[in-house]
Amino acid sequence: MEIRTPKTHKAKRVLEKRAPKLVENGKKTLILHGTKTSATLSAVLMELYRLKKGGAIKYSRRNENIRPFESGGETSLEFFSQKTDCSIFAYGSHTKKRPDNLVLGRMYDHHVYDLIEVGIENFKSLLSFSYDKKIAPHEGSKPFICFTGEGFENVPELKQLKEVLTDLFRGEVVENLNLTGLDRAYICTAISPTKVFLTHCAIKLKKSGTIVPRIELVEVGPSMDLVIRRNRLPNDGLRKEAMKSSKDKPKKKLKNVDQDDVLGKRGRIFIPEQEIGKKPLPDKSKGVKRERREGKLKKNKEEGSASKKQKESE
Amino acid sequence: MDTEMDQIYQIDVGNLLAFNPNHRFSSAPSSREEVVKECVTEGTKLVQAIADTLFNFPSTESVDGPLVQLPPPTTKLPREKHLPRPKPPTKWEEFALKKGIQKRKKDKIVYDETTDKFKRRHGYDRVNDDNDIPIIEAKASDEPGVDPFAKRLDDKKKRVDKQQKNRLQNLKSAAKAGALPSHVQLAASALPITGTKAQPKKLGKEALGDVAGLAATSTASGGKFDKKLPGEKPPKKQGKHHKYLPILPHYGKVDEEKEQTNKVLSKLLSKHSHEILNVGKAIDMYNDKKEKKKSGRSDKLKPKKDITKKKPYANKAK
Repeated sequence: MEIRTPKTHKAKRVLEKRAPKLVENGKKTLILHGTKTSATLSAVLMELYRLKKGGAIKYSRRNENIRPFESGGETSLEFFSQKTDCSIFAYGSHTKKRPDNLVLGRMYDHHVYDLIEVGIENFKSLLSFSYDKKIAPHEGSKPFICFTGEGFENVPELKQLKEVLTDLFRGEVVENLNLTGLDRAYICTAISPTKVFLTHCAIKLKKSGTIVPRIELVEVGPSMDLVIRRNRLPNDGLRKEAMKSSKDKPKKKLKNVDQDDVLGKRGRIFIPEQEIGKKPLPDKSKGVKRERREGKLKKNKEEGSASKKQKESE
Repeated sequence: MDTEMDQIYQIDVGNLLAFNPNHRFSSAPSSREEVVKECVTEGTKLVQAIADTLFNFPSTESVDGPLVQLPPPTTKLPREKHLPRPKPPTKWEEFALKKGIQKRKKDKIVYDETTDKFKRRHGYDRVNDDNDIPIIEAKASDEPGVDPFAKRLDDKKKRVDKQQKNRLQNLKSAAKAGALPSHVQLAASALPITGTKAQPKKLGKEALGDVAGLAATSTASGGKFDKKLPGEKPPKKQGKHHKYLPILPHYGKVDEEKEQTNKVLSKLLSKHSHEILNVGKAIDMYNDKKEKKKSGRSDKLKPKKDITKKKPYANKAK
């Protein structure tokens, strides 16, 4: 047995980034397709990649041996997930039985956690929308996500789709948000128990009387109808494990303070460099006799202390 | 802030997520554009609801714009990897816990008594450097003939090897518990016995050079007239390597042949001649030779005559 450690700091940092942590990084998306894709499907995958630029990886080759819903067909996906450190994937395929098929899936520990298969209808590419370029959303901005319709609460497949879409569009979890950087929103509406209308809009902030601006949405991005086909829910045990979270926040290391039984709590203060060479010397004029010199020094001291007293009294 | 709208919508500010569970589409299936329009207006209402709460948060001014602190998200989403597992304590940690040994922080600069200076603990010009010890006092337990300096180096090497072994054991037990540190990988370096592909041994630079040289000279003309590839170095000295000493001694220069023979002689006659010459064996050989001489030169110079063997065609010639 041999111990292998990374030889460069960069490699070490990459490995630490990919390690399991208490507070995780944002999930990355892997976009790939199967043996055959149609024009709409390839456009969908391309635009999904553009929307999630910075947190997505797109494979351009076709993958013949990936069949997400079959027992053996997930090994390739899991391998890719491990190599690219992606935990959501979007797999597109086009067959006669299932035209314009998109499988959205999530991974837990690089093993398939859950899958949902949707068919794409009435796809409108983002190039077909004309709008003022000034309001175009910036890459990587945090989006608003809106769901409308009772289906998302009552139908289990739509419930799962809601969760998957939230995970997909959410991006990184941030603590501080810049209010000027809010420029996009994803609107998902359940128009029937099996169909969801998804569209991407840019946000226009208009002046209103209060601090809160009036919101106006302009459709910019791709819009499509998602028709629910198959799905696979996670096992209860796996779900419980994945939903576990540690309650306590990671402790911040308190630096420069140490506790001692003898001396108690002590802190360390670092003082910047005292530039002794550059300090102006006191006026010890040697041309004058000793008594006068000392007299002068005393006078300077008194003046200094007098001014201090004044300051204290203030 | 909490209007009637908020009570109907489910808002998760941490995720910028809003859900309206109560909307029902008008049963008359209108044209697609109308449906789209309705969806967008509903969406606008939801975004407005989130923005209401968002813009009312206390904001701090920064270079880019007003910064707002978001609350943690309320919708629970599955993790992407498992929670980090606790590492099992190492052998030393268990021992320290049992004995009550506390960890003490070591200073980088230590006072050196031999030179009355402050020196660093590790690195160039360090305190208690092993190479700097001039004298090692002999103890009663020391065996004669054992070099104490070499012994110190040997001991250090043994300690280092032991530590490596312990480290490997600790990492193995951590890997068993699933808590291997992220930057460490354990790899099987020895080949398993049950049939797997044998890894071909990687040739070093010199080995490759030798093989290339062999291949190059294995032509009819010994590789002399072959065109050289770009980057190919000229072959190292071919043929026999023999150094011939000059026959006549040069004036003023050392007579090399004389030096050579003197060297050999001094070696033989020196104090350690018993190590070079095995006296017992020499005596035996000398005695053997003497005896053979006495018995007559019946060694390999003359062909042996075997009387018992019959010559096949001896009588036929007649």
